[in-house]
Amino acid sequence: MADIQTYSHDAGWKHTVLRGLLYLVLILFAAYYLFPLIVMIATSLKSLDEIREGSLISLPRVVTFDAWNYAWNEACVGVECTGIKIYFWNSVKMAIPAVLISTFLGAINGYALTKWRFKGANIVFALLLFGCFIPFQVVLLPMSQVLGKLGLASSTPGLVLVHVVYGLCFTTLFFRNYYVSIPDELVKAATIDGAGFFTIFWRIILPISTPIIVVSVIWQFTQIWNDFLFGASFASGDNAPMTVALNNIVNTTTGVKQYNVDMAAALLTGLPTLLVYVLAGKYFVRGLTAGSVKG
Amino acid sequence: MGASQSTESNLTASIQRHLSKIVVAPSFAASLFFVYGFILWTGYMAFSKSRMLPSWDWAGLRQYERLWQMERWHVAIENLLVFGGLFIVTCLIIGCLLAVLLDQRIRAEGALRTIFLYPMALSFIVTGTVWKWLLNPGLGLESMMHDLGWTSFKFDWLVNSDMAIYTVVIAAVWQASGFVMAMFLAALRGVDQDIIRAAYMDGASLPRIYFGIIIPSIRPVFLSAIVVLAHLAVKSFDLVIALTGGGPGYSSDLPATFMYTMAFQRNQLGVGAASAMMMLATVMAIIVPYLYSELRGGKKNG
Repeated sequence: MADIQTYSHDAGWKHTVLRGLLYLVLILFAAYYLFPLIVMIATSLKSLDEIREGSLISLPRVVTFDAWNYAWNEACVGVECTGIKIYFWNSVKMAIPAVLISTFLGAINGYALTKWRFKGANIVFALLLFGCFIPFQVVLLPMSQVLGKLGLASSTPGLVLVHVVYGLCFTTLFFRNYYVSIPDELVKAATIDGAGFFTIFWRIILPISTPIIVVSVIWQFTQIWNDFLFGASFASGDNAPMTVALNNIVNTTTGVKQYNVDMAAALLTGLPTLLVYVLAGKYFVRGLTAGSVKG
Repeated sequence: MGASQSTESNLTASIQRHLSKIVVAPSFAASLFFVYGFILWTGYMAFSKSRMLPSWDWAGLRQYERLWQMERWHVAIENLLVFGGLFIVTCLIIGCLLAVLLDQRIRAEGALRTIFLYPMALSFIVTGTVWKWLLNPGLGLESMMHDLGWTSFKFDWLVNSDMAIYTVVIAAVWQASGFVMAMFLAALRGVDQDIIRAAYMDGASLPRIYFGIIIPSIRPVFLSAIVVLAHLAVKSFDLVIALTGGGPGYSSDLPATFMYTMAFQRNQLGVGAASAMMMLATVMAIIVPYLYSELRGGKKNG
């Protein structure tokens, strides 16, 4: 940290002006980042007439939740006009098992790779890690054929499989890096007491893993909920996840363009991850830096 | 007695060691099949006669030739260079600036940080939807400026095939610059305070402290940020789909959307596979040297 207050040779009014300028710039940037969110909320609460008459930034004169209701219950996704709710539940049904399975596998992989090191453990880890970096376009075509052969094409279990397989490298990375810093003596002492691989995992390792479990769950949830590529490629129609449904609603060309419904649907899609971010921002950032800098 | 006990414990130990391998095996097998196997599979498809249906007949480099003869692929590559370049540079500038500003004992730093970073939690589809609404020529920013009295203001980039790719840059910078800020801020907090204090005692001004000492000392973070952003740029898909749909026409196509269109809409599986391999090669060219230096550096640091 090198700040004006501590390290400025100027004193008095010049200093005050600088501080004021500093806050002004920061507030302008905050406005820039918040602007789309505010417009999104304001637009979703207006009627279509008010949108056409009013300005982008004007707050709704009459607050109405009609657009939210319409987006949730009635909006047309393709030819189906059942609202976005079924796709919301599709995403929930996809995200929960995929997050839990990939996090569990990541934990046990990380534990095995660090506390029960076998010959070649590092090579296995490096090979697993590679999966974090590939552009997923390179697996799309074989995946769609394999899912077809497995009878999982266009289904939620198929998407769960895809997200588990390509989330594994990240979760393994998180847990492996976390367990590396846990002293091996902990495990050794338990082995001497006669505890085995799984006993140690359940009784000793998992109870001290809460922070990294949170990081992993948040990371995986955000990734899976926000995914569009796999959803669009492998799940069409009734089984599509939320992001795919949102894109369909927005790009439906028939009828009157309902901007307020688009914005309500976008907010509904963004809410779960935003909520997670607001509630557990610290862990979100940790996952982001661990997952992106190293992965 | 003692001997049998030790053989027994040797046996358990060896079972335990194998248990470790057994536990990792399914994930490893999945990775071998779904990552490495699929890459080889796609690689083979790029050399096959696959068009509407997958085919195993060998076609040599024909798919790659067709790919590089396509005007659309060249547009996608040029767009990637324009988008990637502007996206990376703008994110670095904004991210670095915000980090330095936030590093001044700011009141409500936590709240500001939360605001700067929240777009990163959103889906690119949500971001695309919002910016599509903000930038739409009829009712968006343009009409807002008209209402504010600036009647000559014109902003039709979204429907202008020369400018559409820049709208993708605007939305992508909005989403990712806060993340770069977080990376830089973490690095700034790690800079050795004694050096800064010494420079200050020598009478160095604050800008000189920043440009002469602090920024050079966090150089590795610049590299990390560039690699992460380049990686994001090559993989960018959702944002283009939601914001411009690759249009007008195919003027804002990126390799990722090109591949998807060829593979799933145009029945050009071979060309799609070839373009996917080109994307993989690009990402590897960025990532492999970086990882190599990271891992070597990591070893050096213990």
